[in-house]
Amino acid sequence: MHSGSATLDVDFGQESPVDRRTTPLQPSAAAPAPVQEKTMEKALSVPPAPTGIPFAERLATFGRAALPPVLGLLVLIGIWHVATHKGGAIPGPAQVWEAAVALFSDPFYRNGPNDQGIGWNVLSSLQRVGVGFGFAALVGIPLGFILGRSAFLSAMVNPIISLLRPVSPLAWLPIGLLVFKKADPAATYTIFICSIWPMIMNTAQGVQRVPQDYLNVARVLALSEWKVVTKILFPAVLPYMLTGIRLSIGTAWLVIVAAEMLTGGVGIGFWVWDEWNNLKVEHIIIAIFVIGIVGLILEQALILLAKKLTKEAS
Amino acid sequence: MEKFVSIEKVGQTFTTKKGKFVALRDIDLNIAQGEFIALIGHSGCGKSTLLNLIAGLTRPTDGVLLCDGREIAGPGPERAVVFQNHSLLPWLTCFENIYLAVERVFSAKEGKAKLKARTQAAIELVGLAHAAHKYPNEISGGMKQRVGIARALSMEPKVLLMDEPFGALDALTRAKLQDELMKICEKTRATVVMVTHDVDEAVLLSDRIVMLTNGPAATIGEILTVDLPRPRNRLTLANDPAYIAARAAVLAFLYEKQAHVEKEAA
Repeated sequence: MHSGSATLDVDFGQESPVDRRTTPLQPSAAAPAPVQEKTMEKALSVPPAPTGIPFAERLATFGRAALPPVLGLLVLIGIWHVATHKGGAIPGPAQVWEAAVALFSDPFYRNGPNDQGIGWNVLSSLQRVGVGFGFAALVGIPLGFILGRSAFLSAMVNPIISLLRPVSPLAWLPIGLLVFKKADPAATYTIFICSIWPMIMNTAQGVQRVPQDYLNVARVLALSEWKVVTKILFPAVLPYMLTGIRLSIGTAWLVIVAAEMLTGGVGIGFWVWDEWNNLKVEHIIIAIFVIGIVGLILEQALILLAKKLTKEAS
Repeated sequence: MEKFVSIEKVGQTFTTKKGKFVALRDIDLNIAQGEFIALIGHSGCGKSTLLNLIAGLTRPTDGVLLCDGREIAGPGPERAVVFQNHSLLPWLTCFENIYLAVERVFSAKEGKAKLKARTQAAIELVGLAHAAHKYPNEISGGMKQRVGIARALSMEPKVLLMDEPFGALDALTRAKLQDELMKICEKTRATVVMVTHDVDEAVLLSDRIVMLTNGPAATIGEILTVDLPRPRNRLTLANDPAYIAARAAVLAFLYEKQAHVEKEAA
């Protein structure tokens, strides 16, 4: 069926899809890196003593790159200050800063199960995300491969996935509580549910989009299924899989906060809710920043990983 | 003539959204061992379809194809294909790309050292020993195509199938690779079927030129035997009357006999 269309493609002189595969990820991921390396090399190889111009230039480019984000942040804090300087329920930047300094001076204290440092809260949230996400990868990636390879299975399972995917993972929380009889695994299970969809969908899509040319090579060489998977499918699907993983971890980090508000225990979501009950609004604002920064770090770490892996692979 | 590959009453019909599309009909062709065949025709006439049928990548809707006395039931390493766009795996080095093929064909009988030696020999055959450990995206288009040829040859195929292998290359690189291919064919005595739309390439390289009529429902229009002694030299051939006559015959087929069919069909 596929090869028929491939034949026509070739005959009508169209470009076959080989190069299309690399376009979505490579340019954004791999292309900028060599340029950076080059400029760094240049900067290092130029002796700094005589003129000092390269250093000044470098400073200027850094300044130009850093200026807009810093300005944006300052404007945000400015608006926040103006909006809150007359007093009211929402604390201003200065108050939050003071609270943050106090909070982060001892992030790892323990005063019983419901009063622990912010460090512990963040770590236990990360642990839940890690475990739930890990299981989702373990189940979702092989499942994605199977669905991508079998049109029949994919037609069988796709309607179910389409039905379940839009459901908020929190709707699954009661089922988790019922099955596991404990709050902590139930929260982890919620993460599992929300992470698994992007993982399945992206992996399956990646498998379906493996260029027909590569599969024709496999057919002409009559490679074993094992070789097809390890030498052709896996490397070709890797960029899609990494996209799935990135989307999953993003959603997982969104969901964990809400799940922990409901289940309690230790965790950044629970901490937010606890501080609301204590009416420590400045702590809630700190939590918002912490959640944002941790999410950003997770995302950037995965982008870095994707860059490294696809660079090695391509 | 001894038949090595025989194509008997082969037709290919595709089922498309608009209904049945007859790509090829009544193809009859016998290819001898060691023969170099060029398939030429206007684009869309089904040259590549025919090549894919010989490769076994698609099955014919009518007729039968035989290779070395056996029906062609599917693709296999004894009919190696050099794809139009090289189709090297970008995550493997040139060496690894070839090794994958060598390993598949010979690992049952030979040890790792021997397999590596074979790979090395294939890469040296196309003059790319220096680029063996580069990735495909680090080398030029002509080099990639050479690796593709080396990969196909490394399997010691009974038939080498080439689908416009030099179509995407510039004229100078193309000429160089054509010369290399002629040398390799002489050395290995390979049976080759090559799809091309380049008249000079067809005349220079092949023993027989199979000219296809315009599609849809294309079939063999004429077969021209190119009776030029080997080794052939492109410079001396340029003024050879036999070469000029062969070239003229193919051009006449393509631009006089088959020139207007496309309009009639459209």
